[in-house]
Amino acid sequence: MWEQIRSNRLRSILLVAVMGAFLIALGWLLGYSIAANGIAGVVIALAVYGLLNLVAYFQGDSILLSVAGARKIKREDHPRLYNVVEEMKIASGLEKMPDVYIIDDPALNAFATGRDINHASVAITSGLLQKLNRDELQGVIAHEIGHVKNRDVLLMAMCSVLLGTIVIISYYGSRIMMFGGTSGGSRRSSRSGGGGGGAAIVMVVALLLMILAPIFAQLIYLAISRRREYLADASSALYTRYPEGLASALEKLASSSVPVKNANQATAPMYIVNPFKSRGLKMNELTSTHPPIQERIRILRTMAGNVSPAAYDQAFRQVKGAKSGIISPQAAPLVGAVGIRAASADTTPLEPSEEKITRAREVSDLMYKLDDYRVIDCNCGTRLKIPPALRGKTIRCPHCGRSYQA
Amino acid sequence: MSVVIWVILGIVVILLLWLFGTYNGLVRARITVKNAWSQIDVQLKRRWDLIPNLVETVKGYKNFERETLEAVTKARTAAQGTANAGVGERSKAEGELSAALGRLMVVVERYPELKANQNFLALQEELTGTENRISFSRQAYNDSVLQYNNKTQQFPSNVVAGMFNFKKEQEFLQATESEAEKKAPKVSF
Repeated sequence: MWEQIRSNRLRSILLVAVMGAFLIALGWLLGYSIAANGIAGVVIALAVYGLLNLVAYFQGDSILLSVAGARKIKREDHPRLYNVVEEMKIASGLEKMPDVYIIDDPALNAFATGRDINHASVAITSGLLQKLNRDELQGVIAHEIGHVKNRDVLLMAMCSVLLGTIVIISYYGSRIMMFGGTSGGSRRSSRSGGGGGGAAIVMVVALLLMILAPIFAQLIYLAISRRREYLADASSALYTRYPEGLASALEKLASSSVPVKNANQATAPMYIVNPFKSRGLKMNELTSTHPPIQERIRILRTMAGNVSPAAYDQAFRQVKGAKSGIISPQAAPLVGAVGIRAASADTTPLEPSEEKITRAREVSDLMYKLDDYRVIDCNCGTRLKIPPALRGKTIRCPHCGRSYQA
Repeated sequence: MSVVIWVILGIVVILLLWLFGTYNGLVRARITVKNAWSQIDVQLKRRWDLIPNLVETVKGYKNFERETLEAVTKARTAAQGTANAGVGERSKAEGELSAALGRLMVVVERYPELKANQNFLALQEELTGTENRISFSRQAYNDSVLQYNNKTQQFPSNVVAGMFNFKKEQEFLQATESEAEKKAPKVSF
C-alpha cells in the first residue's frame, strides 16, 4: 500500500537475484565439470527451479495448510476471530476476504499463506486464539494480513523454492561428481592429454560452490525473512492504529515455550514467531528466520503516539542503534503523523479470569465441533460431548446417571 | 549520427513507459479511494440491518428502559433518511446513531440477566465488530486519500496528474462523527 514498502521490495528482489545468480553459477559449473557443457547445466538447474516453483505457486498454500493440520472455519464457528480478520481486511484495503483457518495445537503461533492478495489464507493455533484478547488478536491478524498485503508470501515461497533447488542440486551434483562425473572427466582429460588444468580448477570451484552456495543462500533467505517480519510489524501498527496490541501479544508468545507440532524448516518464516523456539538459549541473530521477539516488542513500544511507517522506522533505528532503517528513507517522510487509538473495552482488566475461561471454553467448543462431536445438555447441568464413534449408542451421564440416545 | 537518433529514441521510449506507469498508478490510487468510500457505505448499512435484531433481543426484558431503545430506533431511521444527503449531514446522523448505541450498551450493564443471555452476547460481538468495521473503513479511506494526495502533489508524478487533470485534493472524512463514535468502543462490555 505504501510507497516505501514497494521500494523495500526492490531491495528484497535484489537479494533474491543474488540467490538466483548462485543457482545459475552452480548449474554452469556442475554442467561444465560433469559433462563439459555449462549451458546444459544451467538449463537443467533452471528447469528444476521452474518445476518446483510451479508446484509452489499453485499448490503451495494447500500443501502448507494441510501439513500444518489447519482446518477452515466459517463465521458461525468463531465470530470474534472472523470479525477481527474482516476488520483487518477492511483496514488494509484488501479486496477479498482471506480464508480463516484454525490449527488444533496448544503452541502459540499464526501464519498467512496464499500466492496473491486474492488467494490468501490466515491460520492461527487454538492455543493462541485462547490466550489473546480482542486487541491482541487484532495485532496478530494485522501482522499476517500485512504479510499478504506486502506480497511476502509469494516472495518467501519463491525464495524457499530457490533455496531448496540450490540444496537439491548441490546434494545430487556432489554425488554425481564423486562417483560418476569425476572418473568420466579424468578419462576425457587423459585422452586429450594435458590441458586438464583448466578443467581441474573448474572442478575445484564447483566443489567449493556446492559446499558454500547452500550456506550463503540460507543466510540470504534468513535475512530477507527477518526484514519482512519487521515490515509486517510496521503494517500491523498502521492497520490497527494500536501497536500495543501486537506488542502485548508478542509478549504472550515469548513467554510460551511450546514448539509448534507440525512446523518444519520450509514453513518456519510463515509463522508470526519462530516455531522452533528454545527458551533460555539465545538464538544467533544471523541464523534465525525471525528477529528477536524482545526487540520487536521494544520497537513497537517505542513508537508512542504515532503509528505511521516512518515512526516505526524511527523506533527501529532507536532500538537497534542503527543508522539505516528498515523502511527506505527517501520515501519515509511522505507519510504524515498517524495518530494512535485508544484501547478497546475488553482490554481493561474487568474480570480477567472469567474472560479467560470464556475464551478457553469458546475455543474448546469450536475444536469439539470441528472434530464432529455432538453436545447433549443433561438436565443436571452437565454438558455431554459425544465423539462420533459413539453415535447411535446409549450414553449415561456420569454425574446423575440419566441415559441418552446419542 | 545514427547513434544520436537511437539515443533520443531510447529516451523517448523510456519517458513514454514512465508516463504510462505513472498514469496507471494515479488511476489505481483514484479507484482505491473510490472503493474505500463505498466500503464505508457498506459498513454503515450493515449497522442499520443489525439494529432491529438488537432491539428485539433487548425489548423482551421486562422493565427495560424504553427511551434508550426508542432513541436507537429513531437515530437509525434518521440515519437512513440521510443516505443520499451530503457527507456532513450523513456523518452527523451516523454519529448520533453511534452515540445512541453507546448509551444502550451502558444501560445494558445494569441488567445482569441480559448480559448472561447467549443471543445477546453474540449480538454484542456483532455490534463491536460492526463499529470497528466502520472506523476501520474510515481509516482505510483516509489512508487511501493520503496516498492519492501524495501522488498528485509530489514531483514528478504531479506533472502527469496536472496533464490529465487529476483533482489535487479529495476531502478527508471530517472528524465530526468520530468524536461521538470514539465514545462507543470505550463502553465496558
